[in-house]
Amino acid sequence: MRTITDVVCPVCGCLCDDLEVHIDDNDQIVKVKNACNSSIAKFTSVMKERILKPRVHGKEVSLDEAIDEAAKILANSKFPLLYGWSTTTVEATKKGILLAELLGGVIDNTSSVCHGPTVLGIQEAGVITGTLGDVKNRADLIIYWGSNPLESHQMHLTRYSYMSKGRFYKSKKERTMVVVDVRKTRTARLANKFIQIRPGEDFELAAALRMAIKGQVIEQEEVAGVPVSEIEKFADMLISARHGVIFFGMGVTMSEGKFANIEQLVRLVQDLNGFTKFIMIPMRGHYNVKGSGSVLDWITGYPFGVDFSREYPFYNPGDTTSVDILRRKECDSALVVASDPVAHFPISVIKYLKKIPLIAIDPHESATTKIADVVIPTAIAGIEAEGTAYRMDAVPLKLKKLIEPPEGILTDEEVLERIYERVKEIKGD
Amino acid sequence: MLKATLITGRTMHQGMGLEYGKFSEFYKEKVAIIFIDPEDLEKSNIQHGDTVRVKTPYGETVVVAQKSKEAPHKGLVFMPYGPWANLISGAETNGTGMPHFKGIPCEIERAPNSKVLDLEALLMQYLGDE
Repeated sequence: MRTITDVVCPVCGCLCDDLEVHIDDNDQIVKVKNACNSSIAKFTSVMKERILKPRVHGKEVSLDEAIDEAAKILANSKFPLLYGWSTTTVEATKKGILLAELLGGVIDNTSSVCHGPTVLGIQEAGVITGTLGDVKNRADLIIYWGSNPLESHQMHLTRYSYMSKGRFYKSKKERTMVVVDVRKTRTARLANKFIQIRPGEDFELAAALRMAIKGQVIEQEEVAGVPVSEIEKFADMLISARHGVIFFGMGVTMSEGKFANIEQLVRLVQDLNGFTKFIMIPMRGHYNVKGSGSVLDWITGYPFGVDFSREYPFYNPGDTTSVDILRRKECDSALVVASDPVAHFPISVIKYLKKIPLIAIDPHESATTKIADVVIPTAIAGIEAEGTAYRMDAVPLKLKKLIEPPEGILTDEEVLERIYERVKEIKGD
Repeated sequence: MLKATLITGRTMHQGMGLEYGKFSEFYKEKVAIIFIDPEDLEKSNIQHGDTVRVKTPYGETVVVAQKSKEAPHKGLVFMPYGPWANLISGAETNGTGMPHFKGIPCEIERAPNSKVLDLEALLMQYLGDE
């Protein structure tokens, strides 16, 4: 039996880095300490629905044959889509970008269906942000807007925000938490104040708050279902904070207005900095969705939906993003790495994905591996392979290799490198 | 029949189900469901645990009705992200890349003679070889 401490958790954007993993003499994980329910589920399900052999058209083949078939599909495509990247390492994403450039395809990550609108809003208006360390040590007013961390980021409150023990604020008694949501969620029930808004009216509430903090008269009885008197009290609370933070989630990015909601939140935070210190941090979902965007950013200048068909990086969300490309039936093959779009994209676009040659690289069976033409199993990053991941506040952390992967299973990075080399050979470079 | 606005989102059990396996009974039990406000349930004669059909402009899906513990939210229904919700979400992104996962008008009715498909059967029905 051995114990590995300070393990970084490869589940959500919290990237908790204090896990303790107990491994028995057969190299099996038997216990995880300091972990949330989702994390325990991941660490104790390493071999559940595991893919152990590569497949081509449903038949088990050697790794060399699967890589060869994947490379042929990609090399013979005019416009392949390379999608996923949120549950693998930055190093694997880097290989994916090189492959997309070589192929003249488009590379997109799961941001396009989660915080893509956040990127667009920030590109419109800028952002005042900080780290989770800032929040833990200095924030006295914590706002969750369209986000329900007790369901999605279960350790967020205790490690980084309302219930954390920081340098200047030691407990929830010394802080205030406000939840803005359309339902009284489990997180809302813990909050000091819950503001229930009508679905799709986040923009309106943020705009009304901007007016209220400037002392402007709101000539309505209510905005977004919230009485103006409540909005004015909330505005007082915002400007009275010593250090406030807005954590925002899919409730804002996916709702009517999408990036315009984010732009309005950015403007609100900018206005609040005329009175006090205020920051905003997106509640990134998958553990390395931030990292896949960051590596795309530093290599191409754009964080998702990057099209190499012009032989230089081109970015135009709504045009170069996965759901749009599939809806318009533009790509002629797809490579999915560490993601399951078949389970998470609207069915109408999945029907097209089924019609084109599809390659899936994943440790486990998923809806995508079930319909893929080529399936290549890989090691689980953060458990069977090391690498780098970025926390939701863009702090990079090192993922550890805890146990050996099943025999013959390579990492995502190694498989992508081999596909890249084989594509180069086929193209005669 | 109940007319409502549908939002889809993450739940802890949906997140755990991803890890236990997409083809596990746990995943189906926790994802092929719809949470409805208790007053809306009563008004529309739907019971907690009933099989229901949810229709949107984009399609229809059969899931199990659950009484929401996050009420009141009359006129609003919630489904966890996943293959059952994506049968009724819209692929238009209005130039943002983000499809319609929240704020979708829907109709919900009891469907006692219908069955909630497991994931394998759902993939076969919607994506099986033509």
